[in-house]
Amino acid sequence: MNERKHTISALVYNKSGVLARISTLFAARGYNIDSLAVGETENPEISRMTIIVRGDEKILEQVEKQLNKLIDVIKVYEYSKTEHIERDLMLIKVSANKNNRSEIIEIVEVFRADIVDFYHDSLIIEITGDEDKLTAFINLLKPYGIKEVVRTGIVAIARGK
Amino acid sequence: MSMEKNDKSLNELTGSEIFVKSLEMEGVEIMFGIPGGQVLPIFDKLYDSKIRFILTRHEQGAAHMAEGYARATGKVGVCLSTSGPGATNLVTGIANAYMDSIPIVAFTGQVPTHLIGNDAFQEADITGITRPVTKHNYLVKDVKDLARTIREAFYIAKTGRPGPVLVDIPSDVQRAKTEFIWPQEVEIISYKPSYKGHPGQIKKLAQVINESNQPVLYVGGGVVSSNASDELIELATKCNIPVTTTLMALGSFPPENELSLGMLGMHGSAYANKAIQQADLVISLGARFDDRCTGKLSAFAPKAKHIAHVDIDPTSISKNIVADIPVVGDCKLVLQDLLKEVKPKKHTEWLNQIKKLKEEFPLKYSNDDKLRPQFVVEEISRLTRGEAIVVTEVGQHQMWSAQFYKPARARKFISSGGLGTMGFGFPAGIGAKFGKQKEKVIVIAGDGSFQMNIQELATASINKVNVIVCILNNSFLGMVRQWQQLFYNKRYSQVQLCSHSHDPKKCPIPDFVKITQAYGGEGFRVTEKNEVASVLKEAFKIKNKPVVIDFIVEDEENVFPMVPAGASLDEIMINLA
Ligand SMILES: Cc1ncc(C[n+]2csc(CCOP(=O)(O)OP(=O)(O)O)c2C)c(N)n1
Repeated sequence: MNERKHTISALVYNKSGVLARISTLFAARGYNIDSLAVGETENPEISRMTIIVRGDEKILEQVEKQLNKLIDVIKVYEYSKTEHIERDLMLIKVSANKNNRSEIIEIVEVFRADIVDFYHDSLIIEITGDEDKLTAFINLLKPYGIKEVVRTGIVAIARGK
Repeated sequence: MSMEKNDKSLNELTGSEIFVKSLEMEGVEIMFGIPGGQVLPIFDKLYDSKIRFILTRHEQGAAHMAEGYARATGKVGVCLSTSGPGATNLVTGIANAYMDSIPIVAFTGQVPTHLIGNDAFQEADITGITRPVTKHNYLVKDVKDLARTIREAFYIAKTGRPGPVLVDIPSDVQRAKTEFIWPQEVEIISYKPSYKGHPGQIKKLAQVINESNQPVLYVGGGVVSSNASDELIELATKCNIPVTTTLMALGSFPPENELSLGMLGMHGSAYANKAIQQADLVISLGARFDDRCTGKLSAFAPKAKHIAHVDIDPTSISKNIVADIPVVGDCKLVLQDLLKEVKPKKHTEWLNQIKKLKEEFPLKYSNDDKLRPQFVVEEISRLTRGEAIVVTEVGQHQMWSAQFYKPARARKFISSGGLGTMGFGFPAGIGAKFGKQKEKVIVIAGDGSFQMNIQELATASINKVNVIVCILNNSFLGMVRQWQQLFYNKRYSQVQLCSHSHDPKKCPIPDFVKITQAYGGEGFRVTEKNEVASVLKEAFKIKNKPVVIDFIVEDEENVFPMVPAGASLDEIMINLA
């Protein structure tokens, strides 16, 4: 069967232990999480988790059912069937010197990223986007020497109502 | 001003008072456990309560007793321990209840909230430890949440797919005061089990049943927990569908009925397994296609045009075997709806085929003069007419019990299925007896398993609990020995329980008769086949104390038939040859 990435969004109660419950579930059942992002929703008692999980349709079905089974999980959506927007925020520290700095700045501008720290031998760049954009950006910067990458993990929201 | 304050504090109760009141509101009659430092306030209140408290000799025993009570009665079992080691000792029992979907609520004391996370004396993160083996668990940090949490815990344990719930209560919360407010209703918006099956799916299922020629019902514990035996019997007899059950569901269909195939799977009857392999329709009711039942998944029921799966838990459906007719719902309600849609059928040809299979591959063992373990079980079945509650430990004796004890009804056969916990049976039997005082409770044990919670003989004696333990003593960890014989060239590695002899006179460690007497019970030893019935009858007359019968059985007897692990049901071994 086809392994692919699935974007799952879960509304959960904003209580201690909920994150642990979900990560325990994934670990115990051997599901692979690519990323997991959590934050409060418009209602402070409820958080939204965006989970990127890899697997075939059968695994996806089990993940959705198992998440729904947890008492603290209110609702689970899988986004592949709905139009939605995904964003990941990345901070990337790249080596830079007098000679190549302007080249890097050019790339940054094309990608509409921001330079958030400037040091004599490196730059820190902030960029938001979907998976493809971030991967392309990393690939372009690789030749200069990437020192560190930090990402928030993907968050997703459905389009329209 | 001061009046008002007084009035308010008059209405306030401590956490431990709220605990006891809440349990009384839930109708708890009995609970099992052991006290300790972090539950002293609760035990102080229990001192004045009408709830019967059974002091066990090990917390594992308490958890299994709660489960045995729950299984025999259909009510929620309750156990209580202190923090740290008391709580960790409950874990095996909780995990056992989780695997078999049995409703228990386990309460644990915890160190005071300000010490949590400090590695305080007897602190254990028990909600963390039990997260993978509970349906849900709670750490109550504020006394205001206590009553509602207890209400929710019982509700979650017994509704939907039942299971264990743990509530961890720090000792300062037990002492803190608040007004006691008992919620009339439980409203958890994220927890709404669906009980009614989808009408469209039920119609579809009825249609394939009406069209099938070789259907088999494959029945699991869900039928027991939803008390759906009557509906099952009605469906099977109306449409003449043979019924095979899992270990968990033995008794839910009358074993003497000609439609009964007994248990399927690794040590199931050959005719049950062969019937599954020939079926054109498999209807699973409250079973979960466990690997011990299905054998090699890809070769399971190869001729089935349809696999239907009725289960209250959506995660069970299509987890192992893809069901093309899934019905999410409570077995009893789904069966009631289904019965309106199915047409009576005779299935004469199919039933003839089944009859031939039964004649060709009966469950059997050597009928010689030796004291064979299967014979002991058959005698128990014959003398009790399947009316006793039989509780088993884990091992060969468990499988012989499943094969040869004929429980007359559901909840008459109790065994550790999913986890396969040695040490479960004896305390679970005690718990069952507390729940069903008028019924005979017989524990069928191995000499290995019984020693895992043998200390509960004290609990049984002191509380005058008449449980009859029949040890099928082979001086081996028999089931492991069997695997070593069959798959490891008879290299018996660490399975001898007596180092030099099977003769109890030469190796009396322990002497089960003497140890029972020392604990205040009555002990017997049986070495000859012709003594079995008379000793059982004598033992059945004893009241108000535990009885242990040490049956010295053939030591290298094997459980057959057997489907080797990972093999398909077709590869069933009927015997050694
Ligand atoms: C707690 C626990 N430890 C180990 C096992 C593995 N195990 C399964 S059956 C068995 C042997 C059981 O021996 P006994 O109780 O004497 O029963 P017999 O098989 O001889 O009938 C063992 C060790 C288990 N199921 N549970």
